[in-house]
Amino acid sequence: MIIAADGFAQNVFFYVIAAAMAVSAIRVVTVKNVVHAAMYLVLVLAGVGAQFILLASEFVAATQVLVYIGAVVVLVLFGVMLTRAKLGEDVNLTNDYWWLGAISAVMVFGVMAYSLLDYYGDDPLGAEPGNVESQIVGNTEQVSDALFGQYLVPFEIISVLLLGALVGAIVLARKD
Amino acid sequence: MDDVMLNQFLILAAILFSTGVYGVLAKKNAILVLMSIELILNAVNINLVAFGAHNGTIAGSVFALFVIAVAAAEVGVGLAIVLLIYRNRHSVDLDDVAQMKG
Repeated sequence: MIIAADGFAQNVFFYVIAAAMAVSAIRVVTVKNVVHAAMYLVLVLAGVGAQFILLASEFVAATQVLVYIGAVVVLVLFGVMLTRAKLGEDVNLTNDYWWLGAISAVMVFGVMAYSLLDYYGDDPLGAEPGNVESQIVGNTEQVSDALFGQYLVPFEIISVLLLGALVGAIVLARKD
Repeated sequence: MDDVMLNQFLILAAILFSTGVYGVLAKKNAILVLMSIELILNAVNINLVAFGAHNGTIAGSVFALFVIAVAAAEVGVGLAIVLLIYRNRHSVDLDDVAQMKG
């Protein structure tokens, strides 16, 4: 682990970014403008990338920025544009049963928070000392070794899945 | 509070996940529902990488990369379906898409 023994600075950054992410995530599902929701989604996704860096997984963080902020958000904005959502004016985006969704979300969070705090308590993030592999976690070299060694077959299957999704999206969206 | 704990990442992911669950259940714009699904998938990714760091293995990061790839495929096909619905019905309101209601 590249995580320092004294994690004070890490904790400060964690809580600052986590607060921004939580506020932005709630704004994504509460603002009345689809484009603003997409912009808040960018903030959440960038925060997730920052958390990956705090977890010493810099390759996943770079992929997060490239794929999510670079591609997915642009795709979503194109979707907003092509479906002609009413830009610049506030519309009601919430259905009549939103309170059932709110109750469900609060219950899901309660159950998850209770069981996580009950089971993991104050467990430190770093692996137990003496674990040799833990010294090299988060290294881009290690990711590539695992991806093209142990996980080569799933990696190839993912490429076939992406090809299938590409062809499927074109077939669905083109005008005949 | 000097120690970085596993739980703080897991609780943050739980907040993102439940926000996404609320969005999927309460929103009637199909594109907002897709955005909420992205929130849920990102919460899972934080969990995977945090557990990978906790266990001292690289598997968490690799699995997070797979999740990102599948999410990219999902949003591509999902938006194509939403565009198709819009072209046929001139609306992306999910409450209107109820032809198969009994």
